[in-house]
Amino acid sequence: MNRLPTFEYRAARTVEEALAWLGEAAGGADKDPEARAMLMAGGTDVLPNMKHRLFTPQVVVGLRGVRELRGIASDTERGLRVGAGVSLAELAASPLLRGGYAALAQAAESVSTPQLRHMGTLGGNLCLDTRCNYYNQSDSWRKALDFCLKKGSDICRVAPNGQGCYAVSSCDTAPVLIALDATVRIAARDGERVVPVSALYHDDGIHPVRLRDDEVLCDVTVPPLADGWLSAYLKYRVRGSFDFPIVGVAVAARFDGDRCAQARVVLQAVATHPVALPTVDEMLRGQRWTPDLLDAAADEAYRLAHPMDNTSGTIALRRRMVRAYTRRALESLLAG
Amino acid sequence: MLIGKSLPKIDSYAKVTGAARYADDIKLPRMAFGRILRSPHPHARIIRIDTSRARAYPGVLDVITGADLPVKYGIMPTTQDEYPFAVDRVRYVGDPVAAVCAVDEETAEAALELIDVEYERLPALLSIEESLAHEDIKIHDETRRGNVMKEVHLSFGDMEEGFDEADLVREDTYFFEGTTHAAMEQHACVADSGADGKITLWTSTQTPHYIHREVAKVLRMPQSHLRVIVPAVGGGFGGKCEPFAYDFAACLFARRHGRPIKFTLSREEAFLCHRGRHPVKIILKTGVKQDGTITAVHLQTFLDGGAYASYGLATVYYTGALLTVTYKIPRYKFDGMRLYSNKPACGPKRGHGSTQPRYAFECQLDRIAEQLGLDPAAYRKQLAIDPDTTTVNGLRVTSCGLVECVDRVVDSSGWQQRRHHLPVGRGMGMAISSYVTGAGKAIYWNDMPHSGVIVKVDRGGGVAVLCGSSDIGQGSDTMLATVVAEELGVDLLDIRVHAGDTDLTPVDLGSYSSRVTFMAGNAAREAARKLRAWLLEAAGELLDAAPDQLEASARRISVRDAPEHFVSFAEAAQKAEATHGTLSAVGSYTPPKLGGQFKGAGVGISPAYSYTACVAEVEVDPETYDIKVEKLWVAHDCGRALNPTLVAGQIEGSAYMGFGEAIFEEQVFRKGLHKAPSLLEYKLPTIYDTPDIIAMHVETMDREGPYGAKEAGEGPLNPIIPAIANAVYDAIGARVESTPITPDKIARALKEQQRRLAAPGAPKPQPDPARAANRVSQEAPTL
Repeated sequence: MNRLPTFEYRAARTVEEALAWLGEAAGGADKDPEARAMLMAGGTDVLPNMKHRLFTPQVVVGLRGVRELRGIASDTERGLRVGAGVSLAELAASPLLRGGYAALAQAAESVSTPQLRHMGTLGGNLCLDTRCNYYNQSDSWRKALDFCLKKGSDICRVAPNGQGCYAVSSCDTAPVLIALDATVRIAARDGERVVPVSALYHDDGIHPVRLRDDEVLCDVTVPPLADGWLSAYLKYRVRGSFDFPIVGVAVAARFDGDRCAQARVVLQAVATHPVALPTVDEMLRGQRWTPDLLDAAADEAYRLAHPMDNTSGTIALRRRMVRAYTRRALESLLAG
Repeated sequence: MLIGKSLPKIDSYAKVTGAARYADDIKLPRMAFGRILRSPHPHARIIRIDTSRARAYPGVLDVITGADLPVKYGIMPTTQDEYPFAVDRVRYVGDPVAAVCAVDEETAEAALELIDVEYERLPALLSIEESLAHEDIKIHDETRRGNVMKEVHLSFGDMEEGFDEADLVREDTYFFEGTTHAAMEQHACVADSGADGKITLWTSTQTPHYIHREVAKVLRMPQSHLRVIVPAVGGGFGGKCEPFAYDFAACLFARRHGRPIKFTLSREEAFLCHRGRHPVKIILKTGVKQDGTITAVHLQTFLDGGAYASYGLATVYYTGALLTVTYKIPRYKFDGMRLYSNKPACGPKRGHGSTQPRYAFECQLDRIAEQLGLDPAAYRKQLAIDPDTTTVNGLRVTSCGLVECVDRVVDSSGWQQRRHHLPVGRGMGMAISSYVTGAGKAIYWNDMPHSGVIVKVDRGGGVAVLCGSSDIGQGSDTMLATVVAEELGVDLLDIRVHAGDTDLTPVDLGSYSSRVTFMAGNAAREAARKLRAWLLEAAGELLDAAPDQLEASARRISVRDAPEHFVSFAEAAQKAEATHGTLSAVGSYTPPKLGGQFKGAGVGISPAYSYTACVAEVEVDPETYDIKVEKLWVAHDCGRALNPTLVAGQIEGSAYMGFGEAIFEEQVFRKGLHKAPSLLEYKLPTIYDTPDIIAMHVETMDREGPYGAKEAGEGPLNPIIPAIANAVYDAIGARVESTPITPDKIARALKEQQRRLAAPGAPKPQPDPARAANRVSQEAPTL
């Protein structure tokens, strides 16, 4: 069996305690493989990666017992607030995630398997490490190829002459939260900051999540949605369960009569970060969504998606699915 | 009567409560743990192995390398090309190089890093084409020509005449991708040594007898000093039919150190052990008359065998042997070739060697039926062989329910009514197949029985059944208990089955080639019938009745016409023991002498053949080409269903496995490494993906099978894959001639088809007239 390496587990009861321990160990949640301390909520990403020796923290700070990270609340003034420690299963089943928020429940529901959704959390999903089929392998497997750019080598096995690490952002909830213009609250010992979810990610497969190693992601706030907002998340994968997205498409749009007042389309699993598509958004805004318009929008998404050969499915398949799923996601909003 | 009833398996409670003990559950005092160092290179010479740093690591007890066990072994006696640990050369990524034995698993794992191996990399061959092209790069020095492990050429009848007679000759090329077993339980073993120096090996295996022979040979010890016990096994599917490095290492460690040791492989290592389905390139040429009658078939197969022989000698023969047992084929030629490559060795997987050519044949027949304007189902019935025939390659077929199987799936699926009225994107396809009920020859040829059973009855009415078989989840223990309980008239709960223990149980060759129900079942029945005769005689004396007036049931022996006159089973047993001494009896089964006189006639022979037909219904998304298999109707001629629930379970399991191979699974490599050695990335279907499976029995009452039974464990897999392929064609009009059938391949096939049709002078497509008339839209799917 692949066993976990030895590490010290500290179960935090408060964010403050977790921050203190992080500070002591000077590690963090940005999945720096050399980190001496790492945060763990459900452990569904951290532990398999530790078994593969992708992370070998000396200290794991457990967040499961932190009450203040729990809870889902919604009100018309502040919008929807979801604690980072809310499980994906709870999120998927929440009656508060209706109407414009529906895509968030769909995305949570589409993650992995029921067992893992009960363990995995929203915060954990947002901090999911990027994935690549040269990276998510055992230590001996990676060693046989002399490792890869993301860990252990200065050569990317996907694109040896490329511009960096192409590991794929694979969390299902992030594109939805970006489409819904959500923010995250991040705590550190020197204070809090609130940033858009979109600012949590950047084009760096090695360090995909822009959190400092002494910070804790506390909760997510989705702004209140005016009447007429709708959202959807479609995920293409090989099997009906288990699998990470081959392509994910999040769409959110507000309709004013039969015209679209505002739209946001975000692709997932085609790059190191969720890919917002402002040109597509612009095509859709102010328009009646005719079949021709949706086709054109889907073509534009296809044009902008440049996946590599590093997950399930070929490049051609993934691009074709970008087109099909973008159009279907948009159509699903029309269908109500 | 217990035969024919759907009784729960006798081990079901142990399995569902977690009480069943698998190899990895075994814990013994002072037990050490082993881990295996494996080659990181697909092909390399070992210049030097230095284990000194690992040996010096605290907690390490021993390090075993190729030098410790320099004896070649191999499951087939004539193709022994493997060492437990590499000697001089490694031939695939994952080839065992050394084993560390330590006080715990973490220590063993850590010490693997301290073994210094210097390799000289050699060029690696990773496909059939590469192995054929590079005769200068030899993976095994012993091969006569290039990397050809085995070549087979068989011809039956005048082929030239056959193709001359034909009105239509089709030659098509297919490729069947390799797949692995993915049994739920990873390989594991525990070995221990007694104070007398004798070794006991508990190992997760389908073939304890063969393990016994090979391990004793490699360890240069008498077989009498080795005992192999099969604990509960979590599935095999062909992947646990031979010894592995850990078996040898564990026994050597136990012998050297006098203490027990356990090896449990990781899931990744299970993928590397493999011995799974061979990738096979198939070139198939078939000649038919205008009415569809087959005049000649020429099959060529090229098997990508991986780094070692494994069962490959049998596999290459099997790719040719069983094509003949379904249809009337007057002339047949078979050319097979198995090649070495630098990948994990392939071997037997459910349907062993017959799955790949059956896929090709059934797809090609679908094309032929279409060209001749024949209904694929009616056409198959027209071609079907009759019961009690001998095939052109000398295989004796007795019972054959093929036509009934076709009728069952046609009727239940609504084939006639629905097939031409499905919307675009939906399709139905059909295929049939046959499989052996036990190989007619053992791995090592001999005249001894293939299965032996001892039944003993104790004074309290308990019955013990001893058999060398290995219950890998298929229910062979339940089958043995059912047969004996049936004959002796006791309850299943009165029977204790002791299986798979080479000290205590008579030899059964193992759970492979779908042989156990037929062979061990016959042996058990023979043993039980001997005891039954004594028991009836004893009861007759007590009841003052002739034995032939008595019957045994419900733990009683009673007078048939006056059931109030009875003695208990235990009373009869005591009386019989007083008369005959200790009550035990043996039974054994040896297959009849079968087959032709040519070299290779030993593969494909079987005392009986099962038959299966399948109709698949699929939906293909016309935009994404995503394939959804909606439903599978599978009718299987298992002779007689001794336990209908278990037969249905085997049909469903086979259908599931075939479905996975048809559209998802592939054991593929990149840069010499397994691309997806995990259950996350190797795409076994989940319950969400799996279609409805309608499992049906066709009972033919085979005259040599126990109570008429034949096999059910493997045969139902074979027609699933071509049925799905044919249904995909029916749905979207593209023939994908390789597995797995993926959206990408459909896209390419449609593009290729459009290119062909657009070419100047291309023949106009001739759509199925019935379909053209009935379908709403006949537009070509857009790309």
